[in-house]
Order: sequence, then C-alpha cells, then structure tokens
Amino acid sequence: MAWFRKAKTPKAVRGLPARSPVPEGLWVRCEECREVLFARELERSLRVCPKCGHHFRLDAPERIRLLLDEAGARELFASVRPTDPLRFRDTRPYADRLHAYQEAVGVPDAVQVLEGTLAGIPVVLAVMDYRFMGGSMGSVVGEKITRAAEHAAEKHRPLVVVSASGGARMQEGILSLMQMAKISGALARLRERRVPYLSVLTDPTTGGVTASFAMLGDLNIAEPGALIGFAGPRVIEQTIRQSLPEGFQRSEFLLEHGFLDLVVPRPELKETLARCLRLLSAA
Amino acid sequence: MGTGDAGFEEPLVELRRQIEELERYPDGAGRGRELGRLRTRLRRETEEVFRHLTPWQTALVARHADRPFTLDYVQALMGDWVEIHGDRAYGDDPAIVAGLADFRGRPVVVVGHQKGRSTKERIRRNFGQPRPEGYRKALRAMRLAERFRLPVLSFVDTPGAYPGIDAEERGQAEAIARNLLEMSLLRVPVVVTITGEGGSGGALAIGIGNRVLMLEHAVYSVISPEGCAAILWKDQGRKEEAAAAMRITAPDLLRLGVVDAIVPEPPGGAHADPQEAAARVGEAISKALRELVRLDPERLVAERRKRFRTLGSFLES
Ligand SMILES: [Zn+2]
Repeated sequence: MAWFRKAKTPKAVRGLPARSPVPEGLWVRCEECREVLFARELERSLRVCPKCGHHFRLDAPERIRLLLDEAGARELFASVRPTDPLRFRDTRPYADRLHAYQEAVGVPDAVQVLEGTLAGIPVVLAVMDYRFMGGSMGSVVGEKITRAAEHAAEKHRPLVVVSASGGARMQEGILSLMQMAKISGALARLRERRVPYLSVLTDPTTGGVTASFAMLGDLNIAEPGALIGFAGPRVIEQTIRQSLPEGFQRSEFLLEHGFLDLVVPRPELKETLARCLRLLSAA
Repeated sequence: MGTGDAGFEEPLVELRRQIEELERYPDGAGRGRELGRLRTRLRRETEEVFRHLTPWQTALVARHADRPFTLDYVQALMGDWVEIHGDRAYGDDPAIVAGLADFRGRPVVVVGHQKGRSTKERIRRNFGQPRPEGYRKALRAMRLAERFRLPVLSFVDTPGAYPGIDAEERGQAEAIARNLLEMSLLRVPVVVTITGEGGSGGALAIGIGNRVLMLEHAVYSVISPEGCAAILWKDQGRKEEAAAAMRITAPDLLRLGVVDAIVPEPPGGAHADPQEAAARVGEAISKALRELVRLDPERLVAERRKRFRTLGSFLES
C-alpha cells in the first residue's frame, strides 16, 4: 500500500484542500501490471489498461453502452424476476441473498436483454452481469436468454450474447442445469431460421455457461486475457494435484486450441461485431 | 462404498452374511425355519432402510460399485450388440460407450457413461468421467442413429465430465455444448435413463431426451453434494445438508418436471438384484419407445424442445 500512496500524490490532490483525503476510486491499480491509473483515464480507455492492455471487467450497463448505439435501445423481458423454487438455504437463505444482491447491484438478476442497433445494425443483445452472484445462471438467466433467442428468431434479428459467469446457480439446484438445455434448444431454432448468433466471451466465462450457449456462437469471439473454461482452475488443480501452466484457459489459449474464432481488443469489439454481422446477413 | 458412509446398509450386510452362512449348512432340523425367518427379516429391514434413505444416502446408493452400469443393461436387455469406437477426430474414450443393438426386435443406438468395477477397469474408465472425445463419440453415434432412423437409448451415470488439463485443451465445454444443441435437433426418438449418478453438465451432455426416466435411487444434480458443500458452506463435511438442499432425488426431480417417470428398484436397490433392475428398466424404456416411434420427426424435435423449454422457476411482474 505504501507504493500506492506514493504514486497518487502529485496530481490527484491538486485543487483539493490540503487536509482532504483523496476520494476513493480516483485511482485504480491495474490488476495485471500493478501500474496505478487515474480512474477517469481508465474510463476513457474503455477500462483497458493503457500501460499493459489488461481488460478490466465491465458490468452490464457499461457493456451495453460500449456495444449499442445510443438511440432507440429498449430493454426486453425486464419483468422476469428470480424466485426461490427449492427454498434453498446454505449459510443464508437464497431469498435473502437474492434480495441483498438486488439492493447492492440494482438489477433483478444476472442478465439484461435489449433490442437496439449495433453500428446501425438491428440486434438482440443479452449481457450478463458478473456483479450479480458471479453471473451465475439460474432460471432467470436461462429464461431471458431463451426469450432473447426466440425473439431474435422471430424478428430475424441477429443475436449477440455477452457472457460473464462463474457457472450454474447452485441455489436453484437441477433447475439451473436445465437452463443449459433450454437455451440450447432456442439456439437450435435460431440456427434453423438462419439467424446469426455471435457469442462474446468475457472474463470470466466458466462452467455451465461455457458448456452451453457461450461455445455455440456461429462465431465465438473473446476479449483478450479472459478466463474461459469448463472446470474452474482450482477444481482442476485439486483433481490433478499440480499447478496449471501459464496462460491456461485464457482467451489466447482457447484461440490456439481452436475453440475461438477471434480474440478482439475492446476498442475494436463493436466494429468487429458489426463487420461480422454485415457479412453474415448479406445474402 | 466405504462402510463409514454407508453405515445404513450395515445391518443388511450382516443379515445377508448370516443367511449365506446358514445356506452352507446341511439340511437339518430347524435350518429351513431359521432361514425363512432371516429372509423375512432381511426383506422387512431392507424395505425399512430404503424407505428412509436420506438424500445423501441415496447418493451413496447411486454410486454403489455393484450397481448395474450401461454395459450391464446392454447385456441384460439387448441382443446383437456392436460396440463402436472413437470420435474420428482424436481418440476413443472408455468412459462413454456407444453402439448398435437389438432391443426387443428393434434396432437402436445406445450411448452411455461407463464405470468400471475392478480397480484397473475403474481407472481405465476414468471413474465414468468422460473427456471431450467421449461426448463426440456419443454425438457421432446419435447422428448415425438419425441417418438410419433408429431410436437413441441413453444411459446416464457419471460423477461429471472430467476436469483435467487435457480435457480443457480439447474443448470439454464445447463438446458438451455441441451435444446439447445437436440433441435438440435430432429427428429420432431419444429415451434417457438416469441409472446412477447424474453429474451436472457431464450427464446432461447425453441427457436431452423426449423422455427422461430415472431409477428410484439414482440422483441428478448440478454439482456433487461435496462440491456444493465446499463452495456454499465452505466445508465439504456439510454434504448431507447440501444433498438435501439441492433436491437431487428421483421424487424431487419428478415433481420439478426434470424427469418423466421413476423406475422402481428391487428391494435393497439395483445392486441387490441387477437382473430384476434391468428388467424394470427394459419395461420402462419399452413403454416410452412405443409412444415415441409413432411420432414424426418434426413432432419429436418440437416436443423434445418444448419439454426442456418449460423448465425453470421465475416470477413475472
Ligand atoms: Zn496494466
């Protein structure tokens, strides 16, 4: 922490009364290169570290601003809300946990679906929000992405899904597992109707989300350095009792092994998606 | 299964031992009567024990090493078995078997997880945890079924897809995802039977059926009770609570609409009488097939998708 304090002194305090503490969040330390960054500068660079290119995670509203054109976007299926079908309780009741996250994050669950245009192209966009219970997939995520795919199929609008998830939501037990099947069924429909589906994988995308819709894009596109896998790294380490190689399960590793079409830096993401959609929808 | 965890079965094991011992004695005064008395007691106590299994105990029964596995069902129920091998891309995964067979006069394609019984065989089968090539072999078999218009019979019994470096390198997630999509498109009847452990995505990857049947003491869950306890309770030891909280047993899953029918097991569980268990599974599959073979391909696809479309629970305000 001493390092942090030293680095932030010169500019941040300028203009502030001498005794006033520097507001929290004015400076951010890069998780990757440890460089201390001016928060506003980081926002301007789309939360990509100007020093090392590390991609900080985006929440759903930030991601939507990044990808959708400002005018004409409208949210779909916003009234779908989670419930507690199993009356699940671990160290705390699931219902309480849901409530706490809804209060803290300000959204009902871990995905938002919108209809709008991306660089002028009409799309249906679903964006997962890792802040809400680690982007875990329960019935609401499953239902909303299914509806997004159905809506896209019906309207003949391309579907773009941005994943960020630790996997299934255990508090909904087997019903969370069944969402993988439900969404895949809707994607099958999309395929029959020849409507393009682009899957965008961001940090992290693991478990049941990777093992269903995230890997099923007509094109699978990831941001650099994202953790993408079926099993989480800790589970693998426990199973094989050895540590994992550098870069294992990162975007570049998946690209090299043939499971991604593209790894695209964030500033180029929107334009790349637009180009793919234009080319796929040309006929 | 270790005696510590399976304590509930100990009185039964002891009774069975006494019966076997007595059976070795020559016929004599009172032997027949004593045997009859012990057998009645065994039957009653077995029923009693199995009526009151906790979800965690059910998971132990589902994992029992003597429980029939896919190839046991094939042997008991099918003729003309031709096992097929390999995914035509990387290799052959012994944790999943696939093949052609005759089931009651009808050619079918079988896919299923396969566990081993001896130590050597268990290792060879990787404890029933498939790698991507296993799922891809299953998919190849299912496409073969579609091409020749054969029903698919799938048998689910896995702790889960293998979480290893090689499996990740070869696309475990993609292999599972691909199967979910392709099974949603299959134009032939698919009957899934969960015979033992339905371990998460690794089970679901061959689990998209028009009918999903489940043995009475099988389990099906999004994560193992131990895994759930470790994550949510931060204590693997809370597996009993996790097993109960997640609703992993057949009656719970029937209520949630995840399975369509429960196949009752013989007294003492499928491992106590594998032949009888297989006969009951055969009956249930046969009944499901009779209903499904009448449907045309479009209807089969539509109904299978609809079946999974309705699963989940949410509010809409
Ligand atoms: Zn950096």
